[in-house]
Amino acid sequence: MEIEVHVLHYLVISTVMLFCGIYGFFTRKNLLALLISAELMLNATNINFAVFNRYLFPGQLEGHFFSLFGIAIAAAETAVAIAIIINVYRNINKILTDDISEMKG
Amino acid sequence: MEYTIFILALPVLSFLVLALAGMKMPHKVAGAIGTLSLAAVTVLSYITAIGYFGATRTAEGLLPVSTPWNFQWLPFTESLHIDMGIMLDPISVMMLVVISTVSLMVHIYSFGYMKGERGFQRYYAFLSLFTFSMLGLVVATNIFQMYVFWELVGVSSYLLIGFYYTKPEAIAASKKAFIVTRFADLGFLIGILIYGYYMQTFTFTPSEEQLMKAGMVLPWALGLMFVGGAGKSAMFPLHIWLPDAMEGPTPVSALIHAATMVVAGVYLVARMFPLFIGFAPETLHWVAYIGMFTAFYAATVACVQSDIKRVLAFSTISQIGFMMVALGVCTSLDPHEGGLGYMASMFHLFTHAMFKALLFLGAGCVIHAVHSNEMSFMGGLRKYMPVTHITFLIACLAIAGIPPFSGFFSKDEILTACFRFSPVAGWIMTIIAGMTAFYMFRLYYCIFWGKDNNSASREQSQARLNYAEAQPVLGEAKDNYAHHTPHESPVVMTLPLMILAAITIVAGWIMPFGHFVSSNGHAYDIHLDTTVATTSIIVAVVAILIATWMYAGKTQPVADMLQKKFSRLHYAAYKRFFMDELWLFVTKKIIFRCISTPLAWFDRHVIDQFMNFMAWGTNAAGETAQPIQSGKIQTYTMWFLGGIIILTAALIIL
Repeated sequence: MEIEVHVLHYLVISTVMLFCGIYGFFTRKNLLALLISAELMLNATNINFAVFNRYLFPGQLEGHFFSLFGIAIAAAETAVAIAIIINVYRNINKILTDDISEMKG
Repeated sequence: MEYTIFILALPVLSFLVLALAGMKMPHKVAGAIGTLSLAAVTVLSYITAIGYFGATRTAEGLLPVSTPWNFQWLPFTESLHIDMGIMLDPISVMMLVVISTVSLMVHIYSFGYMKGERGFQRYYAFLSLFTFSMLGLVVATNIFQMYVFWELVGVSSYLLIGFYYTKPEAIAASKKAFIVTRFADLGFLIGILIYGYYMQTFTFTPSEEQLMKAGMVLPWALGLMFVGGAGKSAMFPLHIWLPDAMEGPTPVSALIHAATMVVAGVYLVARMFPLFIGFAPETLHWVAYIGMFTAFYAATVACVQSDIKRVLAFSTISQIGFMMVALGVCTSLDPHEGGLGYMASMFHLFTHAMFKALLFLGAGCVIHAVHSNEMSFMGGLRKYMPVTHITFLIACLAIAGIPPFSGFFSKDEILTACFRFSPVAGWIMTIIAGMTAFYMFRLYYCIFWGKDNNSASREQSQARLNYAEAQPVLGEAKDNYAHHTPHESPVVMTLPLMILAAITIVAGWIMPFGHFVSSNGHAYDIHLDTTVATTSIIVAVVAILIATWMYAGKTQPVADMLQKKFSRLHYAAYKRFFMDELWLFVTKKIIFRCISTPLAWFDRHVIDQFMNFMAWGTNAAGETAQPIQSGKIQTYTMWFLGGIIILTAALIIL
């Protein structure tokens, strides 16, 4: 039996991913886990871009380009974020959000 | 006559120079700056007066009113604007002469009187400021400019009364003078505002159309203006500040509190005279009644005061009462038909300024010589101070109304005007004139005749030494009260006395005053009413004889006997019929307790508490809201998400 992959399936996946990301972003205290959650949210949007392009405007490429942009930005963002997290860890030896309050006014 | 601007500019310049140049200037330089600029002002005033009164009259026989300077300062509407300028008309030119003459005399006199005094330069600076303000007041082109200078005059008076600012009485007196006159000026201001609001103009000569607009409120406006004038001119019951103002240096009393500033109220009524006659004759008669009562009241009080400056102060109040009465009894603009009082009032203002300045300056010489204001320290001074004695006598004769001295002529005109108004008023004023003669000669005899307290017995000088020790050496007491023979003052002090005495002798009959100043502007020939003149001379001579009988001797048995017999009356009069106490009662017990205290309570407990509550509420709100701003991104995003969900839900539902 062959199940036809409908646009709805993709959207369900991306919604689940988005809310997983949001949930993780709210609940986790570890900076790395936060970063991973943010990546999840980003990728959920990337999926949406690709899907909408594929099903709604098959002859055009804007959606694909946007997902590529999203991936590139996510990579850059991850690099910067990890660099910050490493530096924070080196300096104050902590990685949980609640503990990092030295810079607070 | 564009040069008249210098009449105002020179005093203000000398004030600025003296006030801003630091207080290190040598006394001679400071005095010279003030005196020379004032001398120039005097010369200019005389030139103005000669030029103005010598000019040809218009076809109607009037002296033209000219405004050599005028600029619009604050425009409100087309017709309602405040101007600053110089207006020359008969009374303002006459006042220029009076003010500059007396002020110059006082400037010269002060050289001797204030010699070596601390704050000499400050003194001259304030004198210049005062002269400037007073000159600005009289040449005002509109009622608002007059008000501005009116207040400036009040400030300079305040500064000069409080000149000896280390002396508590002087400070109290200056504050009293300022507050009382300010309180009266409130009436003046309201009057001006009513005037401006209904007439849409501040000029002294509104058009027919503007007058029609004002209609019924004009008497109120003029009456309120008179309240201001009554405050400055020390009319009952606002006179209480003037006797206390004698705490200032004596030349200041001569200039401000006798000759010029206190007649500003009279000048104001004279300024508004055509409006008073035309639209508020009842108000004008009230001016007369108040003036009459004041004249009588002040004359009774003056009869028993022991401080010579206080006697002169009350005599000033009484004489200003005379001027007010003269204005108040006018019934028309025609000097032949009941407008005589206007001319009489201005004439008396002129002559009074001269002889009262002379009296005060003479009193200054006496105080200078005996270092006290009290009559009990004086007596027999005629031997030691001949010039002061003679000039003082001339002034006393003038104020008593003895011909040929100037006071006789002006007082006679006032009495004639009163008799024309009603015989009762005439007789009352004649009696008050007699009282004037009595108390002035009482003063004269107590100072210059009688027991010689100066070559006196040991205990006398001992008493004075005790007095000196009891009083810290402040203010007018320059050297200590040590016993020394009184001596005539230096020439710089006696010269102004002689000049003023000369003016007092000749002013009455050389100057055809009525030609220059009269109620309708036409030349008016002063002619003496022989009946009135004879009566007033007889009354004055009798009063002088009574004073001679009572006070000229070495001892004063009659006066002492009367004082014992009517001790209550004497005490009441000595205490000025408790007017100060009454005012204190009204202010402290009634106004402070019944109005101010509840207001203060309301302010403290309602207004302040409301403000405190506002502050506390804001603070509490801040405390409550503070945790929201935690600095934690996760919390923020949570709120953010909540918002988005709500918005999305709303969009979907709608």
